[in-house]
Amino acid sequence: MSKFNKGGKKEMPGITSSSLSDIVFMLLFFFMVTTQMRETENKVMVKIPEASESVKLERKDLNSYINIGTPILSLQGQYGTEPRIQLNDSFKTTTDIRDFIAAERDSKSEADRQFMTVSIRADQDVRMGIVSDVKQELRRCSALKIMYSTRKPAE
Amino acid sequence: MGKKKTPAINSSSTADIAFLLLCYFLMTTTMGSQTGLSRRLPPMPTEDQKLENQKVNKRNILIVKINSHDRLFAGGEPMEITFLKDKVKEFLTNPTNDPNLPEREMKEIEGFGQYPVSKGVISLQNDRGTSYQAYIAVQNELVKAINELRDDFSYNNFGKKFMALDEDQQNIVKDAIPQQISEAEPMEVKRR
Repeated sequence: MSKFNKGGKKEMPGITSSSLSDIVFMLLFFFMVTTQMRETENKVMVKIPEASESVKLERKDLNSYINIGTPILSLQGQYGTEPRIQLNDSFKTTTDIRDFIAAERDSKSEADRQFMTVSIRADQDVRMGIVSDVKQELRRCSALKIMYSTRKPAE
Repeated sequence: MGKKKTPAINSSSTADIAFLLLCYFLMTTTMGSQTGLSRRLPPMPTEDQKLENQKVNKRNILIVKINSHDRLFAGGEPMEITFLKDKVKEFLTNPTNDPNLPEREMKEIEGFGQYPVSKGVISLQNDRGTSYQAYIAVQNELVKAINELRDDFSYNNFGKKFMALDEDQQNIVKDAIPQQISEAEPMEVKRR
């Protein structure tokens, strides 16, 4: 009868952990692919206003960003606390928007140009004066598709 | 002398290294989907276009103003932002055929048939001193009013919410209830 428990206590076989690294690598690749590094460094502080009706943007690659806000703390000594416009990586004025839009247009493929959207990322405490100036300049460059960056309020 | 066997490299630490990398990407990743309110700016007006603008009937315009103290005026009277949505909905539907509210014009919508489309336009004016937050809040209310009207229309005609419709149906709804929000020129604001 003692056919099945011959040798007393049997040792548990150890779980092979060699596949663990494979699983982790898989996760790693997933995040590596989906992640996107921020291309430009923010030089202005932007706290995006809330709006419950925000919709998702379809094509992120057709987007150009105009940041409006007060300069970040480390740059306030140099540029003051007045809201500034940031295009790409530097502070610009409204007159530079024309060149910026032209450059952005050139970087898109011909078929996609008409779908180009300009995303206005403005701080919620910014006054409308500067935003109006930007909008007027965009109209002058006939970049008419715009989007006010907003975020959904936390529920 | 025979060949010596190379000792196997201990691979138990690769998991740790991979974990470390994984944590790094987990921290830096922004799954961030950009959200926002889409708008189409009017093209820069030419001389003859300006004349055309003035022709719009007074009853077809709802002027929404935000002054420099973020106070809201709709149709000439001060208003709390919470009531704006209902005001806009009433303005765009005109349920009682009030002669002071915008007229509705029978229009042929492709794939649907005749529908009285409102000619109402909402004109949004702001001061240079208006805060962006207040401006977006008002924009949001306007969009919300239109979205609710579209939802109502979709529910009555297709039995579904607007977002659940297919693209053709969505276009029908968009034709029936257009999003007519005009963002005024800053020039007009200065005159005020």
